[in-house]
Amino acid sequence: MTQTLSTLGSDAPDASALSEAQLLDVYRTMRSIRAFEDRVHEEFATGEIPGFVHLYAGEEASATGVCAHLDQDRDTIASTHRGHGHCIAKGVDIKPMMAEIFGKTTGSCRGKGGSMHIADLSKGMLGANGIVGGGPPLICGTALAAKIKGDGGVGVAFFGDGASNQGTTMEALNLASVWDLPAFFVAENNGYGEAAASTWSVSADNIADRAAGFGMPGVIVDGFDFFAVYEAAGEAIRRAREGGGPSLLEVKFTRYYGHFEGDQQTYRGKDEVRNARENLDCIKRFRQGVTESGRLTDAQLDEVDAQVAQLIEEAVTEAKAAPVPGPKDLLTDVYVKY
Amino acid sequence: MATRKISYREAINEALTQEMERDSSVIIMGEDVAGGAGGQGEDDAWGGVLGVTKGLYGKFPGRVLDTPITESGYIGAAVGAATRGLRPVAELMFIDFAGVCLDQIMNQAAKFRYMFGGKAVTPVTIRAMYGGGLRAAAQHSQALYPLFTHLPGLKVVVPSSPYEVKGLLAQSIRDDDPVIFFEHKAMYDVTGEVPQESYTIPFGEANVVREGDDVTVVAIGRMVSVAEEAAKELEGSGISIEIIDPRTLSPLDLDTILESVENTGRLVVVDEASPRCNIATDISAQVVSEAFGDLKAPVKMVSPPHVPVPFAGSLEDLYIPSAQDIVNAVKTVTEWSK
Repeated sequence: MTQTLSTLGSDAPDASALSEAQLLDVYRTMRSIRAFEDRVHEEFATGEIPGFVHLYAGEEASATGVCAHLDQDRDTIASTHRGHGHCIAKGVDIKPMMAEIFGKTTGSCRGKGGSMHIADLSKGMLGANGIVGGGPPLICGTALAAKIKGDGGVGVAFFGDGASNQGTTMEALNLASVWDLPAFFVAENNGYGEAAASTWSVSADNIADRAAGFGMPGVIVDGFDFFAVYEAAGEAIRRAREGGGPSLLEVKFTRYYGHFEGDQQTYRGKDEVRNARENLDCIKRFRQGVTESGRLTDAQLDEVDAQVAQLIEEAVTEAKAAPVPGPKDLLTDVYVKY
Repeated sequence: MATRKISYREAINEALTQEMERDSSVIIMGEDVAGGAGGQGEDDAWGGVLGVTKGLYGKFPGRVLDTPITESGYIGAAVGAATRGLRPVAELMFIDFAGVCLDQIMNQAAKFRYMFGGKAVTPVTIRAMYGGGLRAAAQHSQALYPLFTHLPGLKVVVPSSPYEVKGLLAQSIRDDDPVIFFEHKAMYDVTGEVPQESYTIPFGEANVVREGDDVTVVAIGRMVSVAEEAAKELEGSGISIEIIDPRTLSPLDLDTILESVENTGRLVVVDEASPRCNIATDISAQVVSEAFGDLKAPVKMVSPPHVPVPFAGSLEDLYIPSAQDIVNAVKTVTEWSK
């Protein structure tokens, strides 16, 4: 069963041109991310998941709308603390992801990375990153590699509003422009860097406003609207592929859970999340849009929901049953050779 | 192999040239590695701040990349490019500048392989100048290799002569792990016999620079030549020292050191790095732990005092370990009695 979004190709930035199969893929990806995160939220509460977990629920349209334009082989993404959604949208398999979060040998990183470091380089996914602002410089490198190889690949750095204030991000934006790289910077402004409001921590009105200072286009989109993200990302990625240089996209939305699991979120307004879930939600909105326009039926979408639910159930069951790494695993995988 | 006398600087340039000829995935990046980007004069006016990469820009079009002064940006880019099939050699100019880009080395490059379950290779080489002697003061003179030796996932190379620097740099570039390559800035004009042909020196194999029976002297980087001076003076006093150059601090060839200590029963370690938690303390601890029964005297460490590197020549000369310091330490261990 397909569990993630297959590539839609970079020549389809017009959302109305998406085929029925592509729309179903988009929906499956967003639903997979939501179901994955909701389930991790539940499992974390039971105490079975170790460590720090940061959930992406509410932000699905961003990873999905951007990665819909990316190939697994030539295009790369760097992610954030909140990386599960980016992984799923880039095609990382869900079962090893869940096993990784449980710290099992069957995990994407054999249980050595965990939620904050899930990666699959074979799919061009350079990892969730435990360092705020860790990813953007790396993407300058993957974009440089694509440029030197001439394979048309694009490097995409997802980063949050918190990382938008880091020097590494500023350096990467500047370097990408100076080297004219096929890079795309996606600032996911979910309103909070940890517990601090981005309206306080970001000195500009918008993160996208900073693009002008680095000589690149800066665009703002409604992050609850898949089609808006899809079209804006498509234009930036096409420009990068064609040698037109880097762009910055600011995706504005909010997250449904705390900074980390266990966060009591006392810094948030009382009805903020409830309002977003009820009135802004990207999956609801997508569903309403495609059914009202007659492009997909509720039955088709319900079938995806059921398939995703089953996949997540299997992923959790298998992750729980999988073995934990043992002493022999402690010392492997550190040097290629010594 | 026929040899001829060339400088440490020329040996590095030759290794870079030969590796770039051998493998088109090798690229160079750094501040002014071509030197003169965007100006009115020569495109490769500098060839690196001390002229080490001079001439490469013209020989390898598109593969010698000047960067803005943006260490996080381009060290991160080198790391990212390494995950995508290139073999970048990034010049950090002065290792002291690791202070502004340590995250990309410590939390990204060093961790990828283990954190991603063995599924990543990051063949990046970071070249940097280290060490005192040029009156470059506190922020341009440090010997920071202990900092990197402390980090699993990195390999740390400290070449002691023109012959060593050429073979070890070629090996670093071919190695699939991230390598921090320490060039002593006071050695660029030191000459020595170096083969014209390309060759590599394997990591983790210490070099017995001089055989001797009375005291084992382990010396790092430029301290090898200082120990050789001391050896000549000690010869006059009838004391024969065995000088060991570890070549690589990670991996460290402890066996060669232990074999020597088994014969001599006495150990002096000479290290230009600050005295706390440096390589001298590390090697001393390991030898005492592994070979206490072989020791006829306490281990002595010759390191600078625990202060920043001073500017004034009168002070810096006192700071850097001298041949006389080594002579004194050797005499202390040979004359020691309970």
